[in-house]
Amino acid sequence: MTAIAEQPLTGGIPPHARAEHAHGPTGLMKWITSTDHKVIGKSYLITSFVFFCMAGIMAMLMRTQLAAPDNTVVSQHAYNELFTMHGSLMLYLFAGPFAFGGLANYIVPLQIGAPDMAFPRLNALSYWLYLGGGLTMVSGFLVVGGAADFGWVAYAPLSDAVNSPGAGADMWIMALVLTGFSAIFTGVNIVTTVFYLRAPGMTMFRVPIFTWNMVVTAILILIAFPVLTSALVMLWCDRHLGTHIFEVSGGGVPVLWQNLFWFFGHPEVYILALPFFGIVTEVIPVFSKKPVFGYRTMIFATIAIGALSTSVWAHHMFTTGTVLLPFFSLMTYLIAVPTGIKFFNWIGTMWQGRIEFTTAMLFSIGFLVVFLFGGVTGIILASPPLDFATHDTYFVVAHFHEVLFGSAVFGGFSGIYYWYPKITGRMMHEGLGKTSFWLMFVGFWVTFMPQYLLGLHGMPRRIAEYPSVNGWTGLNQISTAGAYMLFLSVFVMVVNFAISWLHPVPASANPWDAHTLEWATTSPPPHHNFERLPPVRSERPVWDLNHPEHRTLTAHGATPRPEPALVGQGAVGHGAVGQGAATFDPEDRDR
Amino acid sequence: MVGFLATPLANVGGVTPSAGSEPTSPVPRQDAPLGPLGLTGDPFRPAPSAGRSRRRVGRLGVPLVLGGGALLLGGCNVPTFGAFRGSTVQGHDEFKLWFGTTVAGLVVAAIVWGLIFWSLARYRKRRGDNSIPRQFSTNHILEVVYTTIPVIIVAVLFYFTVVTENEIDAVSSHPAEIVHVLAYRWGWRFTYADSSNRPQGVVIQTTAEPSYYARAATSKEYPQMVLPEGETVRIVLTTNDVIHGFYVPAFNFSRYAQSGVTNRFDFTPTELGVFRGQCTQYCGLYHAEMLFSVRVVSATSFRSWLSAEQTTQAAAS
Repeated sequence: MTAIAEQPLTGGIPPHARAEHAHGPTGLMKWITSTDHKVIGKSYLITSFVFFCMAGIMAMLMRTQLAAPDNTVVSQHAYNELFTMHGSLMLYLFAGPFAFGGLANYIVPLQIGAPDMAFPRLNALSYWLYLGGGLTMVSGFLVVGGAADFGWVAYAPLSDAVNSPGAGADMWIMALVLTGFSAIFTGVNIVTTVFYLRAPGMTMFRVPIFTWNMVVTAILILIAFPVLTSALVMLWCDRHLGTHIFEVSGGGVPVLWQNLFWFFGHPEVYILALPFFGIVTEVIPVFSKKPVFGYRTMIFATIAIGALSTSVWAHHMFTTGTVLLPFFSLMTYLIAVPTGIKFFNWIGTMWQGRIEFTTAMLFSIGFLVVFLFGGVTGIILASPPLDFATHDTYFVVAHFHEVLFGSAVFGGFSGIYYWYPKITGRMMHEGLGKTSFWLMFVGFWVTFMPQYLLGLHGMPRRIAEYPSVNGWTGLNQISTAGAYMLFLSVFVMVVNFAISWLHPVPASANPWDAHTLEWATTSPPPHHNFERLPPVRSERPVWDLNHPEHRTLTAHGATPRPEPALVGQGAVGHGAVGQGAATFDPEDRDR
Repeated sequence: MVGFLATPLANVGGVTPSAGSEPTSPVPRQDAPLGPLGLTGDPFRPAPSAGRSRRRVGRLGVPLVLGGGALLLGGCNVPTFGAFRGSTVQGHDEFKLWFGTTVAGLVVAAIVWGLIFWSLARYRKRRGDNSIPRQFSTNHILEVVYTTIPVIIVAVLFYFTVVTENEIDAVSSHPAEIVHVLAYRWGWRFTYADSSNRPQGVVIQTTAEPSYYARAATSKEYPQMVLPEGETVRIVLTTNDVIHGFYVPAFNFSRYAQSGVTNRFDFTPTELGVFRGQCTQYCGLYHAEMLFSVRVVSATSFRSWLSAEQTTQAAAS
């Protein structure tokens, strides 16, 4: 594979590479044995979407329980399992694997012009570890005593053998060890792929922002996940081997768990957010018909977010009374700076553009609007005194749903609508897509704004029921109504999938007039991705090919002078890619 | 803005921060020992000089000036944005920070939302327009400006955070009363001690059996902590099992109870009444039923309540 990236690409895929797949397995066997990054990527996308739907149904059950005081839809024990598994599935099995396992796997090699990931077999192992871990976690519901019920953060000593006996808790721990290794392996794979398998001409400062964000995410994973995995092993030892690492009775320190967990957990928040920032940064320029504004600033902002995110973990522990408040408060405040830069870059990208409101673009705009408010309430929570007043209340619940739902769902669905034609070769129905967007956008505010108010009125999180005298009923009912709208929105999206499955509308290679290399190949791409590559002279090779007279202006507003071709690239000139496949044709887009 | 400053300035004289609204009942603030010059030793607390305050106004930016101005003009009638105003000295300090931060945050959000929606409306694709816009992608001066402005905003917010945090976390060397709070699955035990930490023979404890329904926090199965108005009470918070959260929403305050850690903090109640309390840190099956309440009474009523309880509890044991 390396050879392909280094050789001049005049000959396309070597004949032996084609022959290798000509009589390979098909159907189920192909899916099980494949090491193709596109098959693995699709497996990740589908699996994580199934977990997303399961976690969503759990959320619906919880919102139904909370719609009335003293409600009895589910028992307290079941409620505790539900919120634990809702959080665990959404964070560990959906948001991360969907973006980092699914989209990154599928898109990153395409965006840098590589034929596959650097370690295809390791990539397959990652997926099977993830699937095994995910199934282990959800099958906790089938064992005596039920699934884990100590919250997705598993604070010691609540998670020890005395307070949480039962196999469900152990399955939760082991599931996270498995998915943790899956994430670490994918991280190694992504970093290696991007550093070693880039196409000729693709310098690091021509790599698309989506791929850049995946690199920073991968590095954060390599920093954070080993800590979680070690902490989980320690917890397991406490539970089964008689150690007392997190138990006061044997000289242990319970708050150590919180430090270890959040040393993973806060980078994790950005591991979940950065890939979706990357999606939005691909979508907004394409539908504004402009290059991304502040390309390098965007990269430095991403790196700054990654760096700062490793030094803010104790802002989850302000009320423990065991951390140095001003330090962690300052570091948390500072994260607002690179995030703010990203916002202004996104606005600068739309500025003086020609904005087209496709479904993908609507979801990206939804992300901007929603995430901004989540960021503002994040600034409020960065202040320890304000955290004292709102910690562990619905204010925090609303805040992190606004940032995580904002990025993983609005950003993620934007990515689905944007790349669905590339991945499946079919278009999705735009009308249904927009219906789904508006249901989600309205439903989102109706669900989470009341939760901010409930938190300020003193409603703690993770309570299965509340007495009517507290006056929380009305706001909870509004929130539940909003949650049903969100459910309906996802249902409309599933209908959209079904329609594209039953009545396919073929997609061209480049239906959006997009910028990056994945649109230079067919939809879906062939084995080993590219027959030919266009020359890479900027971060927008496909745009440069299709609009040679509209190249990105320099900082001084001048048209850039043509750059000489790199050594070994002479044969790949303008027009080397057949005008049929990669060129944008407005008539092509069937909507 | 000046409203923000009025409070720390007033504190120097030993007057409650809510003095502006309650001039008739100044509550002595005991957790701020006076320094040799009559000033507190807190380096973040502003000195009472007009010049200093004017400089501070300059650093704050428009949002906080607007918010602070509203605080000054309206006294305590500023909008709360849904939060409690804080029924203790410490809680009211938190509320002022909440108000300023929220106003600043909403102003920033409104500006950025405005830019987003304006560019969406102004630069939307018109029907039939297939032109390619100008392909600019960078403006170094603009990028430096919008990096610097957020740095200034968070520096200002951080400054006020540290000031407020030091006020809230300050513990008095001579609390009028010490209440030891033990959190356990699923209840609370309040043990009263005097200022020298000698037990006073008053213990209040949860009597409710965990059931399925949480009752009102004020119902008699749940323990009620009685506190004197205007006096500083020390809370010493511990647990002997899992982590719990001691949370009184109206006091704008919560703190974890953790085995192996003893947390100490002060309340100086400024308002009579009964306030709901609840465990906030998830602690297992009946977490939702781990309730209590706080009743703030006048200092004299508190003494008579305490001696009545001493007699009753001594007779019972």
